Amino acid sequence: MDATASAIAWTRERAQPWWLVRLFDWKPFLIFACMLPAVGLLMVFLTYPLGLGIWLAFTDATIGRDGRWVGLENFIWLAEDPIFWSSVFYSVFYTAVATVGKFGLGLWLALLLNNHIPFKSLLRAIVLLPWIVPTVLSAIAFWWIYDAQFSVISWFVVDVLGLRDTYFDFLGSTWPARWSLIAANIWRGIPFVAITLLAGLQTISPSLYEAALLDGSTGWQRFRYITFPLLLPILAIVMTFSIIFTFTDFQLVYAITRGGPVNSTHLMATLAFQRGIPGGQLAEGAAIAVAMVPFLVFATLFSYFALARRKWQQGESND
Amino acid sequence: MVHIITRRGALALGAGAAAMMALREEAAAQQIPTQPADPPRLPIESGASLRVIRPARFVAPDEEFFRANTEKFSKQFNVPVRVDFVGWEDIRPQTAVLANTGTGPDVVIGWSDDPHIYADKLHDLSDVAEYLGKKYGGWQFLAEKYGKRHRTNNWIAIPLGGSTGPLVYRISAVKEAGFDKIPEDHAGFLQLCKRMKEIGKPAGFALGNAVGDGNGTANWLTWSFNSFLTDEDGKVAINQPATIRALEYLKELYPTFVPGTLSWLDPTNNRAYAAQECWMTPNGVSLYFALKNDPNTRHIAEDTDHANLPRGLAPDAPQSATIINAMVFKSVRYPNAAKAYIQFMMEAEQYNPWLTACLGYWSHPLKAYDASAVWTSDPKIALYRRGLDYRYWSGYKGPITAASGTAASEYVLVQMYASVAAGQATPQQAVQEAERRARRIFR
Repeated sequence: MDATASAIAWTRERAQPWWLVRLFDWKPFLIFACMLPAVGLLMVFLTYPLGLGIWLAFTDATIGRDGRWVGLENFIWLAEDPIFWSSVFYSVFYTAVATVGKFGLGLWLALLLNNHIPFKSLLRAIVLLPWIVPTVLSAIAFWWIYDAQFSVISWFVVDVLGLRDTYFDFLGSTWPARWSLIAANIWRGIPFVAITLLAGLQTISPSLYEAALLDGSTGWQRFRYITFPLLLPILAIVMTFSIIFTFTDFQLVYAITRGGPVNSTHLMATLAFQRGIPGGQLAEGAAIAVAMVPFLVFATLFSYFALARRKWQQGESND
Repeated sequence: MVHIITRRGALALGAGAAAMMALREEAAAQQIPTQPADPPRLPIESGASLRVIRPARFVAPDEEFFRANTEKFSKQFNVPVRVDFVGWEDIRPQTAVLANTGTGPDVVIGWSDDPHIYADKLHDLSDVAEYLGKKYGGWQFLAEKYGKRHRTNNWIAIPLGGSTGPLVYRISAVKEAGFDKIPEDHAGFLQLCKRMKEIGKPAGFALGNAVGDGNGTANWLTWSFNSFLTDEDGKVAINQPATIRALEYLKELYPTFVPGTLSWLDPTNNRAYAAQECWMTPNGVSLYFALKNDPNTRHIAEDTDHANLPRGLAPDAPQSATIINAMVFKSVRYPNAAKAYIQFMMEAEQYNPWLTACLGYWSHPLKAYDASAVWTSDPKIALYRRGLDYRYWSGYKGPITAASGTAASEYVLVQMYASVAAGQATPQQAVQEAERRARRIFR
């Protein structure tokens, strides 16, 4: 009797939980509530600016005036604008050539640094320097290097070696200016590629190389059949990042040439800024920026699907 | 006055204050001629306080004297004033925010075109401008052009000063080339540049994407052939035979320049001139003072003089000036205090010491300040005395609008000339491309 009575009392004391408590005990709601802060941050700092940029691209906003909806007018104008197409061409060219250069030299550097050499860690730290220096600083350094009157290269070739009579005009005409900027970008991008690939190289087990050595493999074969396939996953990631960074590069070009001479070195990013902020045509700048998105999506998907296929990485053929 | 600048790097506060006192007394002693005029009635609102933004200084005394004058106003009228010196590129976005949201500084001292972009949102400043004009002998041409709303007599802004870029040249190089002074006609000037190239002392005009210098070159070429970007109604008119002639002239002139002018940005010509690579280039007075104040380059300054850009076919010197323009938005809480502040800063007791301290970096908008001692302090800067008396403006002959500013910052004319100089386009192609771009901007 006693036991039953106390059991009843015990159950009775347990009041129905308050509705708020019940709500928070309900898993779907709890998950939703916990995610809210993150969603809020993403909305405020990612979705809103991106959405605003896309909205602006379809208006005629200028600095100091809200835009009206004009549909595709900005894009139609851009389609007929030779400066825009020249910037598209140069963006793709710049990205392609600089990426090839960065990966060729970066991989080579990574392989060298992967060897046992004296002062290994010091050397690795030094290699990172171009990447650590703020881009604007290195851009200004290159601006001096490429200066028409004060270039150290011109000075060395003309005044010290006496190989030429006139100074180089690095930035004064279309193609020399384009190549000069690509060289600066490669110089700046190598460390990122080299260090990340070096990290990838370190994960490859030495026993694989030992086994290959026992089988009498050559250096090239070891690179081709061990290093390269095992490096591919990280290569895919690094290349994706590298392409995105290069395609959206702004500081180097803007600090060195402002897109000149005669707009020949405008990248889409610099042209978007030029039109949008100094030029005040906010909507047109936004339209150019939006036009970059398909290229970036394509580059990302390409790297992701072409280079990151699991089967291929593991040495099997694709189905 | 020179010692102020040379000391500004390691300026001891005491020395700066002493120099300031000396300058102030010197300036106060000068007589600026005035006419009797009744100041407008501007009862200052009780509890008023002001915030002012203006472009960052050229030289240290610019800021020191501006702040000192502001403090004087605060004491005299019991109105606290905060002045912010803003980077040159940031003034425009801040003005745009103020115009759209109605909150921000009470007095904006912005660039030439800004008041015309927001003309509808500004307080009328005619009373202040007319009083100042009457008292100080009238406004110079560009001051009136940039201060008044297009085709009206209403002042929407009070110009505080302007900077202009005439020709800076080496006296010895021009002499060596066989000329006593800079020729005013196109053929003569071309001849001078050819000779300077032959003797290895070439001229250089910026043709890169340089907001100040590049547009200066392009405007000079356009205006000296009596061409213009837009007509009186603001319609694009660049596609005319005069422009083609200007482009053809540049084709002959360009090879005489020092190599690399197509990639020149704003600071490049200063560097090349200081390094004696370039012997004649258009620039503000800053180049001369930079050379004069450095013992290593003083000999270059002594061999330097200034001249108007060659007139060519134009009736007046084909150049303009960049103006700082004070305006008051309708949304401000204490408009009378804001207007009184602008008026106070323009009065001789405040303005003349400031003008003198700026050493000629800013040219004055009111004619009476021709008498300021700054213009006789160094005979070589005398040209800048009439810096706001040129007859051309941004977007000439059209009204000053947002579009004329955009055309300049989009380098429409600069790139038209550069593409011909580079041999990328024929004059006809270049002018058509410029017209196409300008049509979009001026639609």
